[in-house]
Amino acid sequence: MQERIPILQMGMVLLVTIQVDMHDRLALQLQDDLTNKISESGAKGVLIDISSLEMVDSFIGRVLANISSMASVLDAKTVVVGMQPAVAITLVELGLSLNGVMTALNVMKGMKLLERE
Amino acid sequence: MSSSVLATVISNGQEDLLKEWVQQQIQAEGMRRDLIKVEELTAQSREFLQRFQGAVGSGDLINIRSIAWSPVLESISDLSRQRGRMGFTPTETALFVLSLKAPLTRLLREAHKDDPIKFIDEITVVGELLDKLGLYTMEVFLQSREEVIIRQQEDMLELSTPVVKLWDGIVALPIIGTLDSARTSVVMESLLQRIVETGSEIAIIDITGVPTVDTLVAQHLLKTVAAARLMGADCIISGIRPQIAQTMVHLAIDLSAVTTKATLAEALKTALQRNGMKVVSSSAV
Repeated sequence: MQERIPILQMGMVLLVTIQVDMHDRLALQLQDDLTNKISESGAKGVLIDISSLEMVDSFIGRVLANISSMASVLDAKTVVVGMQPAVAITLVELGLSLNGVMTALNVMKGMKLLERE
Repeated sequence: MSSSVLATVISNGQEDLLKEWVQQQIQAEGMRRDLIKVEELTAQSREFLQRFQGAVGSGDLINIRSIAWSPVLESISDLSRQRGRMGFTPTETALFVLSLKAPLTRLLREAHKDDPIKFIDEITVVGELLDKLGLYTMEVFLQSREEVIIRQQEDMLELSTPVVKLWDGIVALPIIGTLDSARTSVVMESLLQRIVETGSEIAIIDITGVPTVDTLVAQHLLKTVAAARLMGADCIISGIRPQIAQTMVHLAIDLSAVTTKATLAEALKTALQRNGMKVVSSSAV
């Protein structure tokens, strides 16, 4: 059994907390699981908490952007919350500014943002 | 051996040499009598002369980087740094070593009264040696100046990027001076760090103190804005002067994705509005 990132459902929102080092296969697994879960549950919002993520590479950055695009195709808004300064700087230097992805400082603010939408 | 003659000459006439040398330094054109006392100068000269004599005694008059000369170089570099700090000019600093040439020449001439050829040989060697020491003085002098400049640059970098909290949830970053890559990364890091610490959703970047904005500076600004956005904070750029607005349009810099305001006051007003607050005069309440 390979490890997976848990996806929690809270009402119409799916909550994903990434608390381990993301490696490529795990990221793709998450992308798979999350799209399935959205279409199963008909969730309207996805909240991805990456506050424990200390490091990203271009691949993980791209997967995050892809997940959000896929979610919006399935009619769910994505909010990425709690990005660390170092991660933000890395993504900008890599040229991945995640356009179209909503962001918030923490889970609470992210939830508020989703409620407003 | 010429070196042994020089060593003997110095040790025989040490007191005379010292007196004459100090006299030479005091009378020299542009000597800063206001910056250094005669006693101090004499003490410095005496110490140098002792070390110089020791080094000459080793027999090596060509290579001043050898171990025998290291005490001499040490005292020169101390003196050079000290004079650099005290505000001596390069000429005045170099004069310390170079003014030793005349008294030494006189001593040597007395020692070689009846052998002019030997005297010329000796003088050539001593002249070259003192020139080398003079150049070394200059090198250390410039190096110490350079160190001061580097330290000041670092200080400026630290000082010039304060992130201030304006209100709950609002931080401001007044940028003063030109934004280059090195500064941008410092600015970006401290801004993002403060955003996390204060949990601020709005960051105002004030560029009133940025003299010019070219494509590179604009790119750095946009990078900072993008990084803040990734963390979930909105940026407002304020303090864009009319000339800068003109250059930005001429350079086709696209700031349409960023909220821009003319003044910091405007930006603060907008930020307060977004947080659902309003400033009203007390009589209206």
